[in-house]
Amino acid sequence: MSDIDFQRRNFLKTAAGAALVTVAPGMLLFDVAHGKQIEAGKVRWGMLIDTAACKPGCNDCVTACNKENGLSGGTAATDSQWIRKIEIKDISSGREVSLPMMCQHCEHPPCVDVCPTGASFKRADGIVLVDKHRCIGCRYCMMACPYKARSFVHEPLHDQNPDVPRGKGTVESCTLCVHRIDQGGQPACAEACANKVILFGDLNDPNSEIAQKVKAVVSTQIRADLKLNPGVRYQGL
Amino acid sequence: MPKLDIGKGGECVKDTQWMRKNHMHMLKHQRDETVHKGNREGSSLKDCIECHASIKDDSVIAREDSFCVACHKYEAVKLDCFECHSGLRKSAWLKRDAK
Repeated sequence: MSDIDFQRRNFLKTAAGAALVTVAPGMLLFDVAHGKQIEAGKVRWGMLIDTAACKPGCNDCVTACNKENGLSGGTAATDSQWIRKIEIKDISSGREVSLPMMCQHCEHPPCVDVCPTGASFKRADGIVLVDKHRCIGCRYCMMACPYKARSFVHEPLHDQNPDVPRGKGTVESCTLCVHRIDQGGQPACAEACANKVILFGDLNDPNSEIAQKVKAVVSTQIRADLKLNPGVRYQGL
Repeated sequence: MPKLDIGKGGECVKDTQWMRKNHMHMLKHQRDETVHKGNREGSSLKDCIECHASIKDDSVIAREDSFCVACHKYEAVKLDCFECHSGLRKSAWLKRDAK
């Protein structure tokens, strides 16, 4: 999408917002929501993954994710996998790298672009989620995602984590453990990693550990050529 | 009228008659607040379950007279929430999960 499109969209949003608020002086058309709100553009949650510290064969992040979100842990084509461990090898040099791969929480997510019902969406703090109340299970987003990050639930589920509702007929993927983040915690995979490979934090806060490190070390986004600006960055690739 | 197991019960966020008529609107409003805006304060399905899950089996859907099932069966209104959401009290789920 070009910059012009974004500007047009922003202009329309602002215009619509102004029109809504100023219907009559002192009268608001909508009820101002109570409680804690996430402001757009203020926080951008992201991860920095240090592939040099990631041990080949170690699966702790995947196990932690499966336990937290109630996934079966199976790796068949019809099993949900929110995070995978990947081992890559440069054939000419023989250099091997191990890394965890999951939803990259893009700034311009293709899964959101293609969703026909608006179920696939990006939260104001940059987390890309599926609103399962709206998901019709068409799986366009799974095809659009260049990271193969999304899974479809094929069978009825029971005994879900009360904090992580999941159900048959909907698409799902890494939520960055949004239920933990909203409570001030961090994702289960980052917490579980003994080698501190996964650094989680706010990319927009210049004083956060992750922003400092992203500024100091060389890191890459996977498939940066697609210009999706993923929130997950990799070091040492 | 159906007889239902109200769990712990006690004083709800609104009076009983209001809740009978409007609980679905509250749930629908809260779901958008939570999923899209990350607002997990205030009333939520989890909080409903916390009070109204049966003392006997910690669930709002396990039996014919469970809190949600009893009325929905009587009124023949399909209950979709628990296709995805857990009908268990969180504390009970944690205990079961630890086993």
